[in-house]
Amino acid sequence: MEAKEWALKVRRGDRKAASKLISAIENKEKIARNVLKLLFYGTGKAVSLGITGPAGVGKSCLVSCLITAFRKKGKTVGVIAVDPSSPFTGGAFLGDRVRMMSHTRDDGVYMRSMATRGYLGGLARSTLDTMRVLEAMGKQVVMVETVGTGQDEIEIAQIVQTCLLVLTPDMGDDIQAMKSGIMEIGNIIVLNKTDLPGKEKALLDLETALRFRSPAEEGWSTPIVSTSASKGEGIEELMNEIEKHQAYLRTGEGLSKFAFKRAEKEGAVLLKDEIERAIFHGLKGTGLRRRYLEKIAGGEIDPYSAVEEVLSRFIKDSPQESIRPLNQKKAGG
Amino acid sequence: MKRDKKIRVVVSKVGLDGHDRGAKVISSLLREAGMEVIYLGMYQMPSDIIKAAIDEDADVIGVSYLSGEHLIYTPQIVDEMKKANLDHVLFVAGGVIPVEDISTLKKMGVDEVFVAGSLTEPIVKFVKDNVRV
Repeated sequence: MEAKEWALKVRRGDRKAASKLISAIENKEKIARNVLKLLFYGTGKAVSLGITGPAGVGKSCLVSCLITAFRKKGKTVGVIAVDPSSPFTGGAFLGDRVRMMSHTRDDGVYMRSMATRGYLGGLARSTLDTMRVLEAMGKQVVMVETVGTGQDEIEIAQIVQTCLLVLTPDMGDDIQAMKSGIMEIGNIIVLNKTDLPGKEKALLDLETALRFRSPAEEGWSTPIVSTSASKGEGIEELMNEIEKHQAYLRTGEGLSKFAFKRAEKEGAVLLKDEIERAIFHGLKGTGLRRRYLEKIAGGEIDPYSAVEEVLSRFIKDSPQESIRPLNQKKAGG
Repeated sequence: MKRDKKIRVVVSKVGLDGHDRGAKVISSLLREAGMEVIYLGMYQMPSDIIKAAIDEDADVIGVSYLSGEHLIYTPQIVDEMKKANLDHVLFVAGGVIPVEDISTLKKMGVDEVFVAGSLTEPIVKFVKDNVRV
């Protein structure tokens, strides 16, 4: 299939075309990038939500509740649920779908389970591209559920408009709530499983901790919503807060600031990928990679100098010379 | 096989069958063999399994039967696969299945059957050798 035809099929909402495209992206097939180039235009307008938090706090269950709520409002929904790959075998057990199966029959919902495949930060390398695919196929709301996070997986905040941090009453004491990192990335904090004991204390710890944080977004103070996703409690209030945050983004420069932030993130990842690809392609079959690694391991060369050597070997133009303003033609050319 | 291609397997229970230990053991086994296993859980209907397989771009569908409903649900799953043009997807069944039913299941369209007591290595080998990626 040609890129143009493929893109057209995805835009028409063809599930198989979208699903094959996501695999092609994950498998780093060249054609995927050509399709993505075509799909880019016109996307970036869908509501994007992130759902993050430690393992077992009820993220998938909450996503399922949110799908129901958005569907009731007549919105179509795309979901990406990320779970970790094994660093040893490369295998993965993707279990998020178990909690969302009730939506399988709904044609207005597309769900995709995704393994991290070695990408750190709580997401997969293909997550952002896949968000674009889901939007291109017509999904009005795109949700991304991260892997169960620890304290520092904050990348999700850079790629979704509204990020929900999900915690439970047994999340730990006020010391945990005071830490940097993941505690800072929720535009909305969700205290789930409030049917468990300890709700009041957890709420107090969170409220106190929030009081002494400088707001990540000017004019938005992070609300805390109590839910019990398995019972469907608190979902209406959570939806209200999501809408409030979306409205907040729309009134100011929030959305354009966010779009810039996401472009910055994506540009950096793509550039890093391309540089890596160029270098690995150059090193392939030369035996140099192994020789460098052996030299570093054997203490013959320091890793800093080795990397500099490799870089100068494969990236011919020094950046200063090759960067020109986007719209300025080369002198004499 | 392309360098980064991973085998994606949808593992599911079907119908009113509450015994999921076998499906979980198989899932763990395939995961350890480097595959990406999408587990759907219990009480699924054939049409749900097929829809999930489409969304997940599965290369393999594995269904575990422990309640004697294999002769009822298998034709339904095969039928749904045909309707969805999933002929390229491998369909493997397993569980508590009488040996005399194996040939019937294969005639219905199952690619392979692994009954209780099957060794782990042949299962992984079968999937790796026969997956159409």
